[in-house]
Amino acid sequence: MSMVHQVYPVAADDFTRAGEASADIKRRLKQLGVSSAVLRRVAVASYEVELNLVIHSDGGELTLNVDQDGVHLISKDVGPGIPDIDQAMREGYSTANEEARSMGFGAGMGLPNMKRNADQFAIESQVGKGTTIEMTFKLA
Amino acid sequence: MTVADIVSILNARVLCGENRLDRTVHSAFCSDLMSDVLAFVNEKTVLITGIINPQVIRTAEMLDIRCLIFVRGKEPGEQVLSQAKELGITVLTTGDAAFTTCGKLYQAGLRGVAIEWPESEDET
Repeated sequence: MSMVHQVYPVAADDFTRAGEASADIKRRLKQLGVSSAVLRRVAVASYEVELNLVIHSDGGELTLNVDQDGVHLISKDVGPGIPDIDQAMREGYSTANEEARSMGFGAGMGLPNMKRNADQFAIESQVGKGTTIEMTFKLA
Repeated sequence: MTVADIVSILNARVLCGENRLDRTVHSAFCSDLMSDVLAFVNEKTVLITGIINPQVIRTAEMLDIRCLIFVRGKEPGEQVLSQAKELGITVLTTGDAAFTTCGKLYQAGLRGVAIEWPESEDET
């Protein structure tokens, strides 16, 4: 499988464009012949992490890498950072605002759902600096 | 059951995708919370919802949901519909509330998606 490297800037609070990066990622992986089961898991995790950038971050970017090991998604933002990651990982915990909730999000399922769908999930955050999430999906 | 069956059971109006009414439907999921749709739906299904913003179409796109049923007479805007059209998603609207919509479809034999609860802790 050929190498893919793509970076998608994601703006804070831009709900109208939220999901465009994930839709493009899904299309690209489909073209590469990624199985529909893996495709679905990548798409869900990618959309969740993209929504998190829109809802919670001050802006950031989503990076797609594909290599022999699988699909890698990296979300990197410029803040504000998560003070308590254990709490943020808990199902049902959310700090989403009214706007996000009115669109049907902010149920506190995002991070746990990413972790569930990815084969590898790592999150690192520093208050005032930003949050990085790395996910890997095996192709086989 | 087919999408055409759903249209007749609910007396629903087809807002787009009328050329795909012969699609077979195996299960349904009903929620206004897209977070929960993303967390619980893991098969091709019909989504019953009262939320009509563009993120519903995005959510459907990510999960390969091919049929949306908007309840309580909700109708999305032109932009949302054209996005659905582009993705080949059939969109229906019914005047019934969600509970009644689900009841009618359940009575006709349609069942909910299988819910898989996440493992409490990663053992590995």
